[in-house]
Amino acid sequence: MQTMNPIERILRAVALSLVIFFFMFPIFWIFLMSFQTNETILRVPPSMFFEPTLTNYRSLISGSLDGSTATLEIQFMGNLYNSLFLSVAAVSVGLILGVPAAYAFAKLKFRGSEDIAFTLLSFRFAPPLLVLLPLTIYFQKIGLADTYFGLIWVYQLIVLPLILWIVRGYFEDIPSDIEYAHRIAGHGFWSTFTKIALPLAGPGIAAAGLLAFIFAWNNFIFALVLASADKQPVTVGALAFITASGINYGQIAAGIMLSIAPVFALALYAQRYLVEGLSLGAVKG
Amino acid sequence: MSLTLNKISKSFKDDVVLDDLSLEVPTGKTLVLFGPSGAGKTVLLRLIAGVIEPDVGDIIIGGCNMEGVEPEDRGIGMAFQNFALFPHLSALDNIASPLAARRQDKSNIQSGVEKLARLLKIDHVLGHKPKELSNGQKQRTALARALAGEPRILLLDDPLRNVDAKLRFEMRLELPRLIKHQHATVIYVTQDYKEAMAFGDEIAVVNRGRIQQVGTPEDVYLSPANMDIAQLFGDPVINLLEVTPQMGPNGLHALVSDQPLALPTSDASIAGRSCVLGLRPEALHFVDAGAPGAIPVTVETETPLNEKTITLAMTARGREVMLSRPAGTPGPTTGPAHIAINHQVTLLFDAESQALIPSNDLGTAGKVA
Repeated sequence: MQTMNPIERILRAVALSLVIFFFMFPIFWIFLMSFQTNETILRVPPSMFFEPTLTNYRSLISGSLDGSTATLEIQFMGNLYNSLFLSVAAVSVGLILGVPAAYAFAKLKFRGSEDIAFTLLSFRFAPPLLVLLPLTIYFQKIGLADTYFGLIWVYQLIVLPLILWIVRGYFEDIPSDIEYAHRIAGHGFWSTFTKIALPLAGPGIAAAGLLAFIFAWNNFIFALVLASADKQPVTVGALAFITASGINYGQIAAGIMLSIAPVFALALYAQRYLVEGLSLGAVKG
Repeated sequence: MSLTLNKISKSFKDDVVLDDLSLEVPTGKTLVLFGPSGAGKTVLLRLIAGVIEPDVGDIIIGGCNMEGVEPEDRGIGMAFQNFALFPHLSALDNIASPLAARRQDKSNIQSGVEKLARLLKIDHVLGHKPKELSNGQKQRTALARALAGEPRILLLDDPLRNVDAKLRFEMRLELPRLIKHQHATVIYVTQDYKEAMAFGDEIAVVNRGRIQQVGTPEDVYLSPANMDIAQLFGDPVINLLEVTPQMGPNGLHALVSDQPLALPTSDASIAGRSCVLGLRPEALHFVDAGAPGAIPVTVETETPLNEKTITLAMTARGREVMLSRPAGTPGPTTGPAHIAINHQVTLLFDAESQALIPSNDLGTAGKVA
């Protein structure tokens, strides 16, 4: 790295810029759109220069969409809150159940452990609709349809296998000798799990939690089928932007900005935990 | 606390690691487990520590059967070969771990750790995380952690394996002192015969999951139970020559390069049987051509080491032998020469079973005469 010559450095910078431009430009364009009115967005040719306006954000937060012909009431902030609540709750439940399970699968090789772990993973193979149709009927019978509890439960189908399989790998990477050393030093099984295994698998748990959060946040189909208006997350709620009187691009853009903001903030925050590797030099070789 | 292992067996799947192994270590003594890698030494330590359970057999510590007793309740300290430090904790917290487990108060823990750290010369790096420590410091931290809980039984799994030569030499001098300080019963695993000889009150030679010999360092060196052990103990390695003992007018002897050599046994039944003669390099020395029992050889190479000189010579029949003599003593460096055998320290093995044929103390008799 230190011996990189100037040309190499410039080429590298150009390549990196291209990649960043390619991935970030749509988001940047949406960001610009969210501060424009429909007229400036739709003008030809498009331009980066316009008079910014906050009306899109204002109408989203106040909950009334001003269409060209009528005013439409939407519950965007309610949807945002639902998304936040459902995702946080689903990931929390997933972590509470998944992390100890991952530890068991990694460290206590019990009869059938591989089969159970694979069965849990296989939930990810099934098309969600296949699961949803019978599930909807069940949920309606036992009164779980259109409840937060029911939704969070169904979200475990997405969240739990993900957490289980990522975290399991991190637990497997912890040398058993480190845990043995802690036991021999006089600490019990539970203490070894909380004081040694959990901190050492910390980066993995953070990564799994973040990914699970993103998957839960972006989920559409489960909530579409199982939740009614007042419990819908933002992914389903966004359907309301497509109205009979036309599509308001500015408001959609503002909605997108607001709905990616929590995930974006979480990713930025969790980054430092993700970088810290497992190989902290405890064991030689 | 004494430690008794009674008929221990352990297999992993179809791989028999320990096979009907019994061992006893009296209170306060140091037993060295010596053997090649894969012999089952580390597994044995883990069984004693309680992190794995034996398939069959009893582990008895201080008279109590340890079956079903969790590792944390066994009163054991263990230093791992790979150190196994807690990577997210400072050296201080690593060493304090056994004390913290006993819910001692903070100032007690602090003073206990500092005392040990001074003794092991790591008091200046107590705030460092394991990744910031040198290998030597890691090794000492691991050792301090094992000692901190003042264990009844101390298990040391080849603790000097992964440190550099200088530190290994220092620790070879320091460790016995530290261990004596603790009044613990110690099991020390090593693959280095010098460490085994230096540390052990007794040495147990393990191979393929079985104990091959238990004895004092002198026992193991002077009368190794079989050819394997004879080859493992001693540097340079023992010379092994195939011989066929014969009964002559002066008792049992073997012909080595046509020179009769008295054998260390009077067991007449071995006459005519195929045997292997073990000659330690220091049992051979150069003599003048006319000396009694002189064997003509050709000196091939000479390797001067600091404290001794090793010579490789070839007999008239083309068998290579190694000689060792204290550095500074004169000897031929090349060309034809003669050697003689100190017949008081020869070893005789059965070629088929590889076992030592017991001597009838020719050595002692020789000394008296």
